[in-house]
Amino acid sequence: MARPDTKLRFDTGWQYAPAPESTDHARIDPQYGLFINGEFVAARRRQHFTTINPATAKPLAKVAQADAGDVDRAVAAARRAWQRSWSKLKPAERGKYLYRIARALQERAREFAVIETLDGGKPIRESRDVDVPLAAAHFFYYAGWADKLDYAFPGRRARSLGVAGQIIPWNFPLLMAAWKIAPALACGNTVVLKPAETTPLTALKLAELIRDVGLPPGVVNIVTGAGETGAALVDHADVDKIAFTGSTEVGRLIQRRLAGTAKRYTLELGGKAANVIFADAALDQAVEGIVDGIFFNQGHVCCAGSRLLVQESVADEVITKLKDRMETLIVGDPIDKNTDIGAINSAAQLAKIEDYLEVGQAEGGEMYQSGSRLPEAGYWCRPTLFTGVSQSSRVVQEEIFGPVLAIQTFRTFQEALDKANNTPYGLSGGIWTDKGAKIFRMTRAIRAGVVWANTFNKFDPTAPFGGYKESGIGREGGLHGLDAYVELV
Amino acid sequence: MAARAGKRSNGAPATSKPRSNGASARLPIAKTYKLYVDGKFPRSESGRYYPLERGGRLVANVCRASRKDFRDAVVAARNAFATWSQASAYLRGQMLYRAAEMLEGRREQFVAELVLQGVARGPAAAEVTATIDRLVYYAGWADKYQQVFSSVNPVATSHFNFSVLEPTGVVAIIAPEPSALLGLVSNVAPAVAGGNTCVVLASKTLPLTAVSLGEVLQASDFPGGVVNVLTGWREELAEQFASHMDVNAVVHCDNDAEMARRVQVAAADNIKRVVLRAGLDWYADESQSPYLIRDTQETKTTWHPIGA
Repeated sequence: MARPDTKLRFDTGWQYAPAPESTDHARIDPQYGLFINGEFVAARRRQHFTTINPATAKPLAKVAQADAGDVDRAVAAARRAWQRSWSKLKPAERGKYLYRIARALQERAREFAVIETLDGGKPIRESRDVDVPLAAAHFFYYAGWADKLDYAFPGRRARSLGVAGQIIPWNFPLLMAAWKIAPALACGNTVVLKPAETTPLTALKLAELIRDVGLPPGVVNIVTGAGETGAALVDHADVDKIAFTGSTEVGRLIQRRLAGTAKRYTLELGGKAANVIFADAALDQAVEGIVDGIFFNQGHVCCAGSRLLVQESVADEVITKLKDRMETLIVGDPIDKNTDIGAINSAAQLAKIEDYLEVGQAEGGEMYQSGSRLPEAGYWCRPTLFTGVSQSSRVVQEEIFGPVLAIQTFRTFQEALDKANNTPYGLSGGIWTDKGAKIFRMTRAIRAGVVWANTFNKFDPTAPFGGYKESGIGREGGLHGLDAYVELV
Repeated sequence: MAARAGKRSNGAPATSKPRSNGASARLPIAKTYKLYVDGKFPRSESGRYYPLERGGRLVANVCRASRKDFRDAVVAARNAFATWSQASAYLRGQMLYRAAEMLEGRREQFVAELVLQGVARGPAAAEVTATIDRLVYYAGWADKYQQVFSSVNPVATSHFNFSVLEPTGVVAIIAPEPSALLGLVSNVAPAVAGGNTCVVLASKTLPLTAVSLGEVLQASDFPGGVVNVLTGWREELAEQFASHMDVNAVVHCDNDAEMARRVQVAAADNIKRVVLRAGLDWYADESQSPYLIRDTQETKTTWHPIGA
């Protein structure tokens, strides 16, 4: 029986008019210092690096490069603030500061969304509808915990740890800052946060906001820089806790460096999630889920559904539908409200992705890319999928962190499960089926910290997030996210 | 060895000197202490042993487990994990309670073995008692910690969202050197109550009761491989416990900061969970807690849409 042609032909009669979000009200200073003890200060060595807009490759601002001495100043400020004010504040008052931050973030939401998109390359639709609202929601959620910690740990009392050193990645710059800062402060800690070097601007805008809402000086300090700045923070003797989100490779180095110290740590690392589609799934919904899973935020998502496992009997149909859907995705100017897939975050990341595209083909995989037109300037990658790959293929085993999907098929439940679990990672997973019992059989058996059933890439401040196996240690979000920032006595 | 055999002590009777003359003289039967791996009691594949001596007398030739023994034990533990982690919480509790029953019945044997290794009789009896009670304590937790530590999360979107604990996998335990039985059980029980399987390295100087515990577990119907007991030298095994790529968590209980550091370094190879429990008083009430179960648990969050 011939299948009906489901393809939507956007390339023939349809044209989207440009719909750029206004950038007028987003103020970006030409140069930023470090945020230490409640004010912006120059780095000791007066060195700067440039952060660019990856959609144009043009510079946005110069940002101070913190060295070990600057990190030391920031840690000292955080320690003083913890001793003198923050740990002595009534918990309910701590909470009120967090509520203020949440409110101010909501008030300035559009500005933050625009800057997030300019600095990181993600579509304005995502920064506006996901990153910024979720960041504000995180502050709201943890604000309320500040004076309720006695209810979080049965039989124990929670005490703050002291100074938390926090290192965040470039894929969700503001949201990751919120994930780190909100629970730390709610539990009575002070923080030194290092944003990623390619996306420091929203964290620095958050520093402005934190100053404006009157948070006591030193409670939040933000030091910008690259790997050496992070290493100085990890190595600093007066830091009590390290919270890191980034690659498994760097997480491993951090875990080693912290050996023999009294520092606690939580690690949120890489992933290679399987998105498992059974033949009895609602296939059109599943295709939307596959797209959300791998093309959300250009695939720069640690929990991305970067492996598609599709039951053999529907594989051809799903792949055809998926290819058709990929043709409708608009790759282009992230500030345009119609854009689905924005810019790759940096030249380095694009080079890494392109390397994997070559590796995948060299290993015998068949590559398919959408026919999307790409802008001339900036860093771009078309939505890409690989078929004909095996479990040992590098594009199946390794985290690419780009819009690249590896597709495998399976026949039985057990085969799907074995393949799903057959990587060193265990961050997330997805299952699509119409059968409730099968859902729970699979969600229980997948060795991963977050499992989405008939949905994908959903996040909420109340829902704990974090990995099994080499995807990390500890949880962020929800009741369980408090653990990372307290000592239980 | 023949020359020493006559001077060998035996675990079971507290006074174990063979009578030297007379027609009624009977040589007691000395027990051979081996490893407990995959529900069986093998010797070390290496054939190595170390003499456990007390007051110049040989107490036992103890297996000096090799790295290969450890790898074999991890294979057994990994194979057992699929069933044990899916066994009902009720069943896990039943088995731990059964182990307490078995240990109660063999109380005198365990007291005698502790005495044989140099523990005074009073403290030895107290240690066995505390160990039995600890098993009962964790037997009771097996079907309760989930309710204490799980959550239903009120997400803003139309999803049913919940977080539950699941066992982290295979746990390698370097049991406390000074606490032969209570310290070992205090670390094994929370791991297996939570559905993990484990490989435990017994105290080097007090290894005998750890091996006999294997008999208790076997008699309690613990599936082979859920608990594996090795005896040997921590200085040659600790880093292997920490670096093995199919082990998910390592528990280190010794007051040895340098060894703890090396364990932490090696554990990073596959981002193991590292649990350091040095210097705990294992008799203290604070040394038993559902938080020790939680130490080797993962939190899994499941999202499910609400709607048609």
